[in-house]
Amino acid sequence: MFGRFAALRELSAEFQGGRLYAIFGENGAGKSTLLRIIAGLSKPTRGRTAFDSAAEAATAQSVGYMAHASMLYDELNGMENLRYFGGLRGVTGPAQLHDLLRKVGLDPKLNRRVGDYSQGMRQRLSLARAVVHDPAVVLLDEPFSNLDTGSAQDLARLLGEMRSAGKCVLVVTHQPRLLEDVADESLLLAQGRIAARGLGINAAAVQPQARETSW
Amino acid sequence: MSSPEWKPIAKPSYAPVVVYPTFLQTLLSNLFKDLRLEWRSKDAINAMLFFALLVAVIFSFAFAPTPEEARQMVGGLVWVAVLFASIVALNQSWARELRNQALDAYRISRASPNALFLGKAIGNFIFVSALELVIAPLFIVFFNLRALGSTTALILVFVAGTWAIVINGTFFGAMSLRTRSRELMLPLLLFPISIPALVLMVNVTTAVLTGEGATRRPLDLLIVYDIVFTTVCLLLFETVLHAE
Repeated sequence: MFGRFAALRELSAEFQGGRLYAIFGENGAGKSTLLRIIAGLSKPTRGRTAFDSAAEAATAQSVGYMAHASMLYDELNGMENLRYFGGLRGVTGPAQLHDLLRKVGLDPKLNRRVGDYSQGMRQRLSLARAVVHDPAVVLLDEPFSNLDTGSAQDLARLLGEMRSAGKCVLVVTHQPRLLEDVADESLLLAQGRIAARGLGINAAAVQPQARETSW
Repeated sequence: MSSPEWKPIAKPSYAPVVVYPTFLQTLLSNLFKDLRLEWRSKDAINAMLFFALLVAVIFSFAFAPTPEEARQMVGGLVWVAVLFASIVALNQSWARELRNQALDAYRISRASPNALFLGKAIGNFIFVSALELVIAPLFIVFFNLRALGSTTALILVFVAGTWAIVINGTFFGAMSLRTRSRELMLPLLLFPISIPALVLMVNVTTAVLTGEGATRRPLDLLIVYDIVFTTVCLLLFETVLHAE
Protein backbone atom coordinates (compact mmCIF):
# COMPACT_ATOMS: atom_id res chain seq x y z
CA MET A 1 0.00 0.00 0.00
CA PHE A 2 1.25 3.49 -0.85
CA GLY A 3 -0.98 5.60 1.37
CA ARG A 4 -4.46 4.49 0.34
CA PHE A 5 -3.33 3.14 -3.02
CA ALA A 6 -2.68 -0.57 -3.37
CA ALA A 7 -0.03 -1.11 -6.07
CA LEU A 8 -0.56 -4.90 -6.01
CA ARG A 9 -3.68 -6.79 -4.99
CA GLU A 10 -4.05 -10.50 -4.28
CA LEU A 11 -1.16 -11.25 -6.58
CA SER A 12 0.14 -14.79 -6.33
CA ALA A 13 2.68 -16.27 -8.71
CA GLU A 14 5.46 -18.81 -8.81
CA PHE A 15 8.52 -18.54 -10.99
CA GLN A 16 11.08 -21.21 -11.72
CA GLY A 17 14.73 -21.29 -12.67
CA GLY A 18 15.81 -21.68 -16.28
CA ARG A 19 12.89 -19.59 -17.52
CA LEU A 20 12.53 -16.02 -18.68
CA TYR A 21 9.35 -14.18 -17.81
CA ALA A 22 8.29 -11.03 -19.63
CA ILE A 23 6.11 -8.80 -17.50
CA PHE A 24 4.17 -6.03 -19.10
CA GLY A 25 1.25 -3.77 -18.45
CA GLU A 26 0.30 -0.13 -18.42
CA ASN A 27 2.02 2.48 -16.27
CA GLY A 28 0.95 2.06 -12.66
CA ALA A 29 -0.01 -1.58 -13.14
CA GLY A 30 2.38 -2.60 -10.35
CA LYS A 31 5.24 -4.08 -12.41
CA SER A 32 8.07 -2.20 -10.73
CA THR A 33 6.54 -2.71 -7.29
CA LEU A 34 6.44 -6.45 -7.91
CA LEU A 35 10.17 -6.47 -8.73
CA ARG A 36 11.02 -4.29 -5.72
CA ILE A 37 9.15 -6.65 -3.42
CA ILE A 38 10.90 -9.71 -4.83
CA ALA A 39 14.24 -7.87 -4.51
CA GLY A 40 13.49 -7.11 -0.86
CA LEU A 41 13.53 -3.34 -1.33
CA SER A 42 9.85 -2.92 -0.51
CA LYS A 43 7.82 -4.82 2.04
CA PRO A 44 4.32 -5.88 1.10
CA THR A 45 1.58 -4.74 3.49
CA ARG A 46 0.32 -8.31 3.41
CA GLY A 47 1.75 -11.46 1.92
CA ARG A 48 5.32 -12.63 1.44
CA THR A 49 7.97 -13.63 -1.02
CA ALA A 50 9.35 -17.12 -0.59
CA PHE A 51 12.31 -18.79 -2.23
CA ASP A 52 12.77 -22.53 -2.38
CA SER A 53 14.65 -24.07 0.52
CA ALA A 54 18.02 -24.19 -1.22
CA ALA A 55 17.92 -20.60 -2.38
CA GLU A 56 16.31 -19.23 0.76
CA ALA A 57 19.42 -19.66 2.84
CA ALA A 58 21.30 -17.61 0.32
CA THR A 59 18.59 -15.07 -0.48
CA ALA A 60 21.02 -12.21 -0.18
CA GLN A 61 23.15 -13.69 -2.93
CA SER A 62 20.34 -15.10 -5.01
CA VAL A 63 18.74 -11.90 -6.33
CA GLY A 64 20.16 -9.40 -8.79
CA TYR A 65 18.16 -6.25 -9.51
CA MET A 66 18.46 -3.71 -12.29
CA ALA A 67 16.10 -0.75 -11.80
CA HIS A 68 15.04 2.25 -13.90
CA ALA A 69 17.90 4.19 -12.35
CA SER A 70 21.41 2.90 -12.97
CA MET A 71 22.27 2.44 -9.26
CA LEU A 72 25.81 3.51 -10.13
CA TYR A 73 28.12 6.32 -9.02
CA ASP A 74 28.62 8.85 -11.81
CA GLU A 75 32.03 9.96 -10.51
CA LEU A 76 33.55 6.46 -10.68
CA ASN A 77 34.47 4.62 -13.86
CA GLY A 78 32.89 1.33 -14.86
CA MET A 79 35.53 -0.90 -13.30
CA GLU A 80 35.54 1.08 -10.04
CA ASN A 81 31.77 0.79 -9.78
CA LEU A 82 31.88 -2.92 -10.42
CA ARG A 83 34.75 -3.43 -7.97
CA TYR A 84 32.81 -1.61 -5.25
CA PHE A 85 29.48 -3.40 -5.76
CA GLY A 86 31.20 -6.73 -6.42
CA GLY A 87 33.20 -6.25 -3.21
CA LEU A 88 29.98 -5.92 -1.20
CA ARG A 89 28.99 -9.35 -2.53
CA GLY A 90 32.41 -10.90 -2.07
CA VAL A 91 33.39 -10.83 -5.75
CA THR A 92 36.71 -9.05 -6.07
CA GLY A 93 38.83 -10.95 -8.60
CA PRO A 94 39.90 -8.44 -11.28
CA ALA A 95 39.92 -11.15 -13.96
CA GLN A 96 36.31 -12.05 -13.15
CA LEU A 97 35.19 -8.44 -13.22
CA HIS A 98 37.02 -7.83 -16.52
CA ASP A 99 35.36 -10.94 -17.90
CA LEU A 100 31.92 -9.71 -16.87
CA LEU A 101 32.45 -6.25 -18.37
CA ARG A 102 33.49 -7.82 -21.67
CA LYS A 103 30.47 -10.07 -21.52
CA VAL A 104 28.10 -7.10 -21.39
CA GLY A 105 30.02 -5.41 -24.18
CA LEU A 106 32.11 -2.88 -22.27
CA ASP A 107 35.85 -2.31 -22.36
CA PRO A 108 37.30 -3.01 -18.86
CA LYS A 109 40.16 -0.60 -19.56
CA LEU A 110 37.85 2.30 -20.39
CA ASN A 111 38.93 4.99 -17.95
CA ARG A 112 35.91 7.23 -18.29
CA ARG A 113 33.54 8.26 -15.53
CA VAL A 114 30.09 6.72 -15.71
CA GLY A 115 28.64 10.24 -15.79
CA ASP A 116 30.16 10.54 -19.26
CA TYR A 117 28.80 7.19 -20.50
CA SER A 118 26.07 6.97 -23.12
CA GLN A 119 22.71 5.65 -21.96
CA GLY A 120 23.40 2.31 -23.63
CA MET A 121 26.73 1.93 -21.83
CA ARG A 122 25.07 2.76 -18.52
CA GLN A 123 22.45 0.10 -19.11
CA ARG A 124 25.14 -2.47 -19.85
CA LEU A 125 27.13 -1.54 -16.77
CA SER A 126 23.98 -1.56 -14.69
CA LEU A 127 23.28 -5.10 -15.89
CA ALA A 128 26.84 -6.12 -14.99
CA ARG A 129 26.36 -4.63 -11.51
CA ALA A 130 23.11 -6.55 -11.09
CA VAL A 131 24.62 -9.92 -11.99
CA VAL A 132 28.15 -9.45 -10.61
CA HIS A 133 27.50 -12.05 -7.90
CA ASP A 134 25.98 -14.57 -10.33
CA PRO A 135 22.48 -14.51 -8.78
CA ALA A 136 19.91 -17.24 -9.29
CA VAL A 137 17.12 -14.69 -9.80
CA VAL A 138 17.63 -11.71 -12.10
CA LEU A 139 15.10 -8.86 -11.98
CA LEU A 140 15.22 -6.23 -14.71
CA ASP A 141 13.03 -3.15 -14.83
CA GLU A 142 12.76 -1.79 -18.35
CA PRO A 143 16.27 -2.73 -19.44
CA PHE A 144 15.61 -1.70 -23.06
CA SER A 145 14.60 1.89 -22.37
CA ASN A 146 16.79 4.40 -24.21
CA LEU A 147 18.65 1.66 -26.10
CA ASP A 148 19.00 1.63 -29.87
CA THR A 149 17.66 -1.44 -31.67
CA GLY A 150 21.04 -3.16 -32.01
CA SER A 151 21.96 -2.70 -28.34
CA ALA A 152 18.50 -3.81 -27.26
CA GLN A 153 18.81 -6.99 -29.32
CA ASP A 154 22.27 -7.68 -27.85
CA LEU A 155 20.83 -7.26 -24.38
CA ALA A 156 17.90 -9.58 -25.17
CA ARG A 157 20.40 -12.20 -26.37
CA LEU A 158 22.35 -11.85 -23.11
CA LEU A 159 19.18 -12.36 -21.12
CA GLY A 160 18.46 -15.48 -23.16
CA GLU A 161 21.93 -16.78 -22.25
CA MET A 162 21.25 -16.20 -18.56
CA ARG A 163 17.99 -18.06 -18.83
CA SER A 164 19.75 -20.91 -20.61
CA ALA A 165 22.31 -20.96 -17.80
CA GLY A 166 19.50 -21.84 -15.38
CA LYS A 167 18.64 -18.45 -13.96
CA CYS A 168 15.12 -17.23 -13.32
CA VAL A 169 14.90 -13.98 -15.29
CA LEU A 170 12.03 -11.52 -14.81
CA VAL A 171 11.94 -8.65 -17.26
CA VAL A 172 9.54 -5.72 -16.99
CA THR A 173 9.26 -4.07 -20.36
CA HIS A 174 7.10 -1.97 -22.62
CA GLN A 175 8.80 -3.57 -25.62
CA PRO A 176 7.82 -7.25 -25.32
CA ARG A 177 8.61 -7.92 -28.99
CA LEU A 178 12.32 -7.67 -28.15
CA LEU A 179 11.90 -10.78 -26.00
CA GLU A 180 10.00 -12.75 -28.62
CA ASP A 181 12.87 -15.18 -29.15
CA VAL A 182 13.84 -15.70 -25.53
CA ALA A 183 10.75 -15.38 -23.31
CA ASP A 184 9.24 -18.59 -21.97
CA GLU A 185 6.22 -16.97 -20.40
CA SER A 186 4.62 -13.59 -20.18
CA LEU A 187 2.46 -11.93 -17.60
CA LEU A 188 0.15 -9.03 -18.17
CA LEU A 189 -0.42 -6.92 -15.08
CA ALA A 190 -3.40 -4.61 -14.78
CA GLN A 191 -4.40 -2.62 -11.70
CA GLY A 192 -2.08 -4.63 -9.49
CA ARG A 193 -3.37 -8.04 -10.57
CA ILE A 194 -2.21 -10.63 -13.07
CA ALA A 195 -4.70 -10.09 -15.88
CA ALA A 196 -3.22 -12.77 -18.11
CA ARG A 197 -0.40 -15.27 -18.02
CA GLY A 198 0.64 -17.45 -20.89
CA LEU A 199 3.38 -19.14 -22.82
CA GLY A 200 5.46 -17.17 -25.25
CA ILE A 201 5.33 -13.43 -25.40
CA ASN A 202 1.73 -12.37 -25.86
CA ALA A 203 0.01 -13.12 -22.58
CA ALA A 204 -3.24 -11.51 -23.58
CA ALA A 205 -3.57 -13.68 -26.67
CA VAL A 206 -2.33 -17.04 -25.44
CA GLN A 207 -4.10 -19.49 -23.22
CA PRO A 208 -3.35 -18.95 -19.53
CA GLN A 209 -0.98 -21.47 -18.05
CA ALA A 210 -1.55 -23.07 -14.68
CA ARG A 211 0.13 -20.92 -12.08
CA GLU A 212 1.17 -23.81 -9.94
CA THR A 213 4.72 -24.42 -10.99
CA SER A 214 7.54 -25.66 -8.86
CA TRP A 215 10.48 -23.41 -8.08
CA MET B 1 0.45 -22.70 -27.99
CA SER B 2 3.37 -24.88 -27.04
CA SER B 3 6.55 -23.70 -25.43
CA PRO B 4 9.26 -22.82 -27.92
CA GLU B 5 12.14 -25.25 -28.31
CA TRP B 6 15.08 -24.15 -26.22
CA LYS B 7 18.64 -25.32 -26.19
CA PRO B 8 19.55 -27.52 -23.22
CA ILE B 9 20.56 -25.58 -20.12
CA ALA B 10 24.16 -24.54 -20.57
CA LYS B 11 26.83 -24.30 -17.92
CA PRO B 12 27.11 -20.71 -16.78
CA SER B 13 30.08 -19.07 -18.43
CA TYR B 14 30.42 -16.51 -15.62
CA ALA B 15 30.83 -18.16 -12.24
CA PRO B 16 32.70 -15.85 -9.88
CA VAL B 17 34.61 -16.96 -6.83
CA VAL B 18 32.84 -15.45 -3.81
CA VAL B 19 34.79 -14.59 -0.67
CA TYR B 20 32.51 -12.70 1.71
CA PRO B 21 34.04 -9.45 2.96
CA THR B 22 34.64 -8.83 6.64
CA PHE B 23 33.02 -5.88 8.42
CA LEU B 24 36.30 -3.98 8.28
CA GLN B 25 36.75 -4.62 4.56
CA THR B 26 33.23 -3.35 3.85
CA LEU B 27 33.80 -0.31 6.07
CA LEU B 28 37.08 0.53 4.29
CA SER B 29 35.47 -0.06 0.91
CA ASN B 30 32.75 2.48 1.79
CA LEU B 31 35.25 4.94 3.21
CA PHE B 32 37.56 4.85 0.17
CA LYS B 33 34.58 5.09 -2.17
CA ASP B 34 33.36 8.24 -0.37
CA LEU B 35 36.83 9.78 -0.36
CA ARG B 36 37.23 9.05 -4.06
CA LEU B 37 33.79 10.49 -4.89
CA GLU B 38 34.55 13.66 -2.94
CA TRP B 39 38.04 13.97 -4.40
CA ARG B 40 36.56 13.87 -7.91
CA SER B 41 33.44 15.97 -7.39
CA LYS B 42 34.67 18.30 -4.60
CA ASP B 43 31.01 19.05 -3.95
CA ALA B 44 31.22 19.16 -0.17
CA ILE B 45 34.73 20.44 0.48
CA ASN B 46 34.46 23.49 -1.81
CA ALA B 47 31.12 24.57 -0.40
CA MET B 48 32.28 23.98 3.18
CA LEU B 49 35.50 25.93 2.77
CA PHE B 50 33.78 28.83 1.04
CA PHE B 51 31.12 29.01 3.72
CA ALA B 52 33.60 28.77 6.61
CA LEU B 53 35.85 31.38 5.03
CA LEU B 54 32.93 33.77 4.70
CA VAL B 55 31.95 33.22 8.33
CA ALA B 56 35.50 33.86 9.54
CA VAL B 57 35.82 37.06 7.50
CA ILE B 58 32.37 38.38 8.47
CA PHE B 59 32.94 37.66 12.17
CA SER B 60 36.29 39.46 12.01
CA PHE B 61 34.59 42.56 10.58
CA ALA B 62 31.52 42.32 12.81
CA PHE B 63 33.53 42.27 16.05
CA ALA B 64 36.63 44.23 16.93
CA PRO B 65 37.62 42.61 20.22
CA THR B 66 40.72 43.18 22.29
CA PRO B 67 42.98 40.05 22.54
CA GLU B 68 41.41 39.21 25.93
CA GLU B 69 37.87 39.55 24.60
CA ALA B 70 38.81 37.52 21.52
CA ARG B 71 40.00 34.63 23.68
CA GLN B 72 36.64 34.69 25.48
CA MET B 73 34.48 34.60 22.36
CA VAL B 74 36.40 32.79 19.62
CA GLY B 75 35.70 29.32 21.04
CA GLY B 76 32.01 29.85 20.36
CA LEU B 77 32.56 31.46 16.95
CA VAL B 78 34.81 28.65 15.70
CA TRP B 79 32.41 25.89 16.69
CA VAL B 80 29.38 27.68 15.29
CA ALA B 81 31.25 28.11 11.98
CA VAL B 82 32.27 24.43 11.97
CA LEU B 83 28.76 23.25 12.84
CA PHE B 84 27.10 25.29 10.10
CA ALA B 85 29.73 24.44 7.48
CA SER B 86 29.63 20.72 8.29
CA ILE B 87 25.93 20.61 7.37
CA VAL B 88 27.03 20.95 3.75
CA ALA B 89 29.27 17.87 3.93
CA LEU B 90 26.72 15.87 5.88
CA ASN B 91 23.97 16.59 3.36
CA GLN B 92 26.24 15.82 0.41
CA SER B 93 27.41 12.50 1.80
CA TRP B 94 23.88 11.10 1.55
CA ALA B 95 22.76 13.07 -1.49
CA ARG B 96 25.26 11.19 -3.66
CA GLU B 97 23.78 7.90 -2.47
CA LEU B 98 20.34 8.99 -3.66
CA ARG B 99 21.55 9.98 -7.12
CA ASN B 100 20.86 7.02 -9.41
CA GLN B 101 19.49 5.15 -6.36
CA ALA B 102 22.91 3.71 -5.55
CA LEU B 103 21.78 3.26 -1.94
CA ASP B 104 19.22 0.67 -3.06
CA ALA B 105 22.04 -1.39 -4.57
CA TYR B 106 23.72 -1.35 -1.15
CA ARG B 107 20.49 -2.28 0.63
CA ILE B 108 19.90 -5.23 -1.66
CA SER B 109 23.47 -6.48 -1.20
CA ARG B 110 22.75 -7.15 2.49
CA ALA B 111 26.21 -5.82 3.33
CA SER B 112 26.49 -4.57 6.91
CA PRO B 113 24.51 -1.34 7.42
CA ASN B 114 26.87 -0.27 10.18
CA ALA B 115 29.87 -0.65 7.86
CA LEU B 116 28.18 1.88 5.57
CA PHE B 117 27.34 4.17 8.48
CA LEU B 118 30.79 4.12 10.06
CA GLY B 119 32.50 4.44 6.67
CA LYS B 120 30.46 7.57 6.00
CA ALA B 121 30.97 8.95 9.50
CA ILE B 122 34.76 8.51 9.24
CA GLY B 123 34.72 10.09 5.77
CA ASN B 124 32.76 13.07 7.12
CA PHE B 125 35.16 13.28 10.06
CA ILE B 126 38.06 13.60 7.60
CA PHE B 127 36.26 16.31 5.58
CA VAL B 128 35.30 18.36 8.65
CA SER B 129 38.79 17.95 10.15
CA ALA B 130 40.29 19.23 6.89
CA LEU B 131 37.95 22.21 7.13
CA GLU B 132 39.08 22.89 10.70
CA LEU B 133 42.73 22.76 9.66
CA VAL B 134 42.01 25.52 7.15
CA ILE B 135 39.79 27.79 9.24
CA ALA B 136 41.70 27.54 12.54
CA PRO B 137 44.67 29.56 11.20
CA LEU B 138 42.21 32.11 9.80
CA PHE B 139 40.67 32.69 13.21
CA ILE B 140 44.16 32.89 14.76
CA VAL B 141 45.14 35.57 12.25
CA PHE B 142 41.88 37.54 12.23
CA PHE B 143 41.55 37.59 16.03
CA ASN B 144 45.26 37.65 16.90
CA LEU B 145 44.95 34.56 19.10
CA ARG B 146 47.43 32.71 21.27
CA ALA B 147 46.44 29.72 23.42
CA LEU B 148 47.31 30.18 27.07
CA GLY B 149 46.22 26.68 28.14
CA SER B 150 47.04 23.10 27.18
CA THR B 151 47.44 22.41 23.46
CA THR B 152 46.73 18.71 24.08
CA ALA B 153 43.30 19.61 25.47
CA LEU B 154 42.71 21.77 22.40
CA ILE B 155 43.56 18.88 20.06
CA LEU B 156 41.39 16.49 22.09
CA VAL B 157 38.39 18.81 22.06
CA PHE B 158 38.66 19.23 18.30
CA VAL B 159 38.78 15.46 17.76
CA ALA B 160 35.96 14.65 20.20
CA GLY B 161 33.88 17.67 19.17
CA THR B 162 34.19 16.91 15.47
CA TRP B 163 33.18 13.30 16.09
CA ALA B 164 30.14 14.50 18.09
CA ILE B 165 29.03 16.61 15.12
CA VAL B 166 29.64 14.01 12.40
CA ILE B 167 28.25 10.94 14.16
CA ASN B 168 24.91 12.62 14.81
CA GLY B 169 25.00 14.47 11.51
CA THR B 170 25.59 11.27 9.54
CA PHE B 171 22.78 9.55 11.38
CA PHE B 172 20.25 12.36 11.02
CA GLY B 173 21.35 12.87 7.42
CA ALA B 174 20.28 9.28 6.75
CA MET B 175 17.06 9.81 8.68
CA SER B 176 16.09 12.84 6.64
CA LEU B 177 16.98 11.15 3.34
CA ARG B 178 13.43 10.40 2.32
CA THR B 179 11.86 13.58 3.59
CA ARG B 180 10.81 16.27 1.15
CA SER B 181 12.80 19.13 2.71
CA ARG B 182 15.88 17.00 3.29
CA GLU B 183 18.38 19.86 3.44
CA LEU B 184 16.28 21.81 5.94
CA MET B 185 15.47 18.75 8.02
CA LEU B 186 19.09 17.89 8.87
CA PRO B 187 19.90 21.12 10.76
CA LEU B 188 16.48 21.01 12.42
CA LEU B 189 17.28 17.59 13.84
CA LEU B 190 21.01 18.00 14.37
CA PHE B 191 21.29 21.39 16.08
CA PRO B 192 19.08 20.71 19.12
CA ILE B 193 20.74 17.38 19.84
CA SER B 194 24.20 18.93 19.44
CA ILE B 195 23.60 21.66 22.04
CA PRO B 196 25.02 19.71 25.03
CA ALA B 197 28.13 18.80 23.01
CA LEU B 198 28.43 22.33 21.67
CA VAL B 199 28.37 23.80 25.20
CA LEU B 200 31.15 21.40 26.28
CA MET B 201 33.21 22.08 23.13
CA VAL B 202 32.97 25.86 23.63
CA ASN B 203 33.79 25.55 27.38
CA VAL B 204 36.95 23.53 26.73
CA THR B 205 38.09 25.69 23.80
CA THR B 206 37.55 28.90 25.79
CA ALA B 207 39.33 27.43 28.82
CA VAL B 208 42.33 26.53 26.65
CA LEU B 209 42.42 29.92 24.93
CA THR B 210 42.09 31.93 28.16
CA GLY B 211 44.12 29.57 30.33
CA GLU B 212 41.33 29.72 32.93
CA GLY B 213 38.82 27.07 33.94
CA ALA B 214 38.84 23.30 33.93
CA THR B 215 39.21 21.28 30.75
CA ARG B 216 39.31 17.73 32.14
CA ARG B 217 35.70 17.36 33.27
CA PRO B 218 34.01 18.84 30.17
CA LEU B 219 36.34 16.75 28.00
CA ASP B 220 35.34 13.60 29.87
CA LEU B 221 31.68 14.50 29.44
CA LEU B 222 32.22 15.12 25.75
CA ILE B 223 33.82 11.69 25.34
CA VAL B 224 30.88 10.10 27.18
CA TYR B 225 28.52 11.99 24.85
CA ASP B 226 30.43 10.59 21.86
CA ILE B 227 30.30 7.02 23.17
CA VAL B 228 26.58 7.19 23.99
CA PHE B 229 25.54 8.67 20.65
CA THR B 230 27.84 6.43 18.60
CA THR B 231 26.31 3.39 20.30
CA VAL B 232 22.73 4.59 19.84
CA CYS B 233 23.33 5.47 16.19
CA LEU B 234 24.88 2.06 15.50
CA LEU B 235 21.95 0.31 17.16
CA LEU B 236 19.36 2.25 15.17
CA PHE B 237 20.99 2.71 11.79
CA GLU B 238 19.82 -0.56 10.22
CA THR B 239 16.19 0.43 10.91
CA VAL B 240 16.78 3.86 9.40
CA LEU B 241 18.48 2.41 6.31
CA HIS B 242 15.66 0.01 5.51
CA ALA B 243 12.79 2.38 6.41
CA GLU B 244 10.52 3.21 3.49
